[in-house]
Amino acid sequence: MADLSSVERLAAATRAGALSATEACRAALDAIAATDAGIHAFVHLDAERALGRAADLDRLPSSSRGVLHGVPIALKDNLCTRGGLTTAASKILAGYRPPYDATVVTRLEQAGAIVVGKTNCDEFAMGSSTENSALGPTRNPVDPTRTPGGSSGGSAAAVAAGMVPASLGSDTGGSIRQPAGLCGVVGLKPTYGRVSRYGLLAFASSLDQIGPFTHTVADAALLLGVLAGPDRMDATAADVAVADYSADLGRGLDGVRVGVARDLLEGVDPEVGAAFEASLAAMQAGGASLVAIDLPHAKYAIPVYYLVATAEASSNLARYDGVRYGYRTSEARTLESMYLKTRDEGFGPEVKRRIMLGTYVLSAGYYDAYYLKAQQVRTLIRRDYEAAFERCDVVAMPTSPTPAFRLGEKTDDPLQMYLADVFTVSANLTGLPAISVPGGTSSEGLPIGLQLTGRAFDEGMMLRAAAGVEAARS
Amino acid sequence: MSATLTREDVVRIAELAHLELTEDEITTFTRQLGDILHYAEQVQAVDTSGVPPTSHVLAGAPVERADTVVPCLDRDDVLAAAPDGAPEAGLFRVPRVIG
Repeated sequence: MADLSSVERLAAATRAGALSATEACRAALDAIAATDAGIHAFVHLDAERALGRAADLDRLPSSSRGVLHGVPIALKDNLCTRGGLTTAASKILAGYRPPYDATVVTRLEQAGAIVVGKTNCDEFAMGSSTENSALGPTRNPVDPTRTPGGSSGGSAAAVAAGMVPASLGSDTGGSIRQPAGLCGVVGLKPTYGRVSRYGLLAFASSLDQIGPFTHTVADAALLLGVLAGPDRMDATAADVAVADYSADLGRGLDGVRVGVARDLLEGVDPEVGAAFEASLAAMQAGGASLVAIDLPHAKYAIPVYYLVATAEASSNLARYDGVRYGYRTSEARTLESMYLKTRDEGFGPEVKRRIMLGTYVLSAGYYDAYYLKAQQVRTLIRRDYEAAFERCDVVAMPTSPTPAFRLGEKTDDPLQMYLADVFTVSANLTGLPAISVPGGTSSEGLPIGLQLTGRAFDEGMMLRAAAGVEAARS
Repeated sequence: MSATLTREDVVRIAELAHLELTEDEITTFTRQLGDILHYAEQVQAVDTSGVPPTSHVLAGAPVERADTVVPCLDRDDVLAAAPDGAPEAGLFRVPRVIG
């Protein structure tokens, strides 16, 4: 029987030959068939291709089995797979089958993983609830009346519901960590430049990173080791040695200094606040020390983020014009009207809103007041964290200010939706690695996430601390 | 600078962004973008004199690679993904350019 709750255990079974890759793949496909109708985590499934790949893996000699041999994995719908539907949950990419694999896909497959399908997300990863998908919303497996968070809501839900042991998402402002927190799984955003972005449909290029969803910190560390490293196809993929991220997981919290900025907690849901304090207490009991830190510019992170991210998005999304891929209007008789109508018909409301906002803040007369100013405050936020990390090893915060909200609750008010990202956007603005781990549940049984932020390229310490929290809270 | 975003602003931005908005979209965006800009204006209260802007967070310079010719995407594969590819000519076909 395939254990889909752990990458480590599943891979141990397939590598030892106790379970075939085909059996592991079928177990995931069966779980998807049994549970996804009520959740809608997946938007494109290719069972035939997955089983074909599993059969190929089963023919490999045991000496050639990789660390993820036969492990079924789901990908967010903005990660390119050669010949596989990749639509960013947008009408404008309907039917698009890229002619190449994302580097992360190549690396997963070289390690023996099997891609089973693409997961739902907010269109072009723009949103915090997966309700901005052109393919319909995803439901939270813990409570189907609630959203799974977003934008990588399908990837979070697929793992939380036990359909696959791991998935990949992208995180531009919290799009891995927030849904992980709201669905009760582990979600990791690596340091900017730790993982190649080649083959990720770009949203905001100075903020985007790819990372894994898993049930355990150990599985996240295992996957990061597979994904990380320089790549000739991405000049921003840093030439920094890839550590053994699993090596320090068992070292515990003894001597770890945890930075806490308590003034940022004002206004969070009381149950989130209580769960956060309980996590801090558990870390202290495990040997960690708490250090009061000051992040005076963190309160500007949301406006800075929405100015920087939309400016970059307005530039990145200029490429969708009906010429080279995806959807083209059937209405236009001239090139100019083809561009305009294709984009109006192809993009959903939130994507248009962000393109409009980004175009505005970059336009003549407003650039200095909005975009340049935001970039300067971004520097101040980075400096706040640099100062904090002189005194602590990780920074702890709740992942989100509330547990999972109800479907439809925030869809009429874009600004309220943006505020769901208040604790997550700083890691993208600074480039620092951050992880969400389960950190308690609300009285209604909803998961509450704990976020730990680490030093740049020091995922090892962050994962060690996260594993310590995981052990202390379980 | 105060964000009193007007309907005319929204129409102008939509032109710059190559979006043909409906009347309803123009009305909704005028209100919503105005609200968001008003919220974002709080950054203007921060003293940033002498603070350099952050445009990227790379630890060092971007990684360079040798300037040598290597295989790239196959042209037919790329054209096959286009809504109106013309692989026999090696081109993307588009509507007439001059109205």
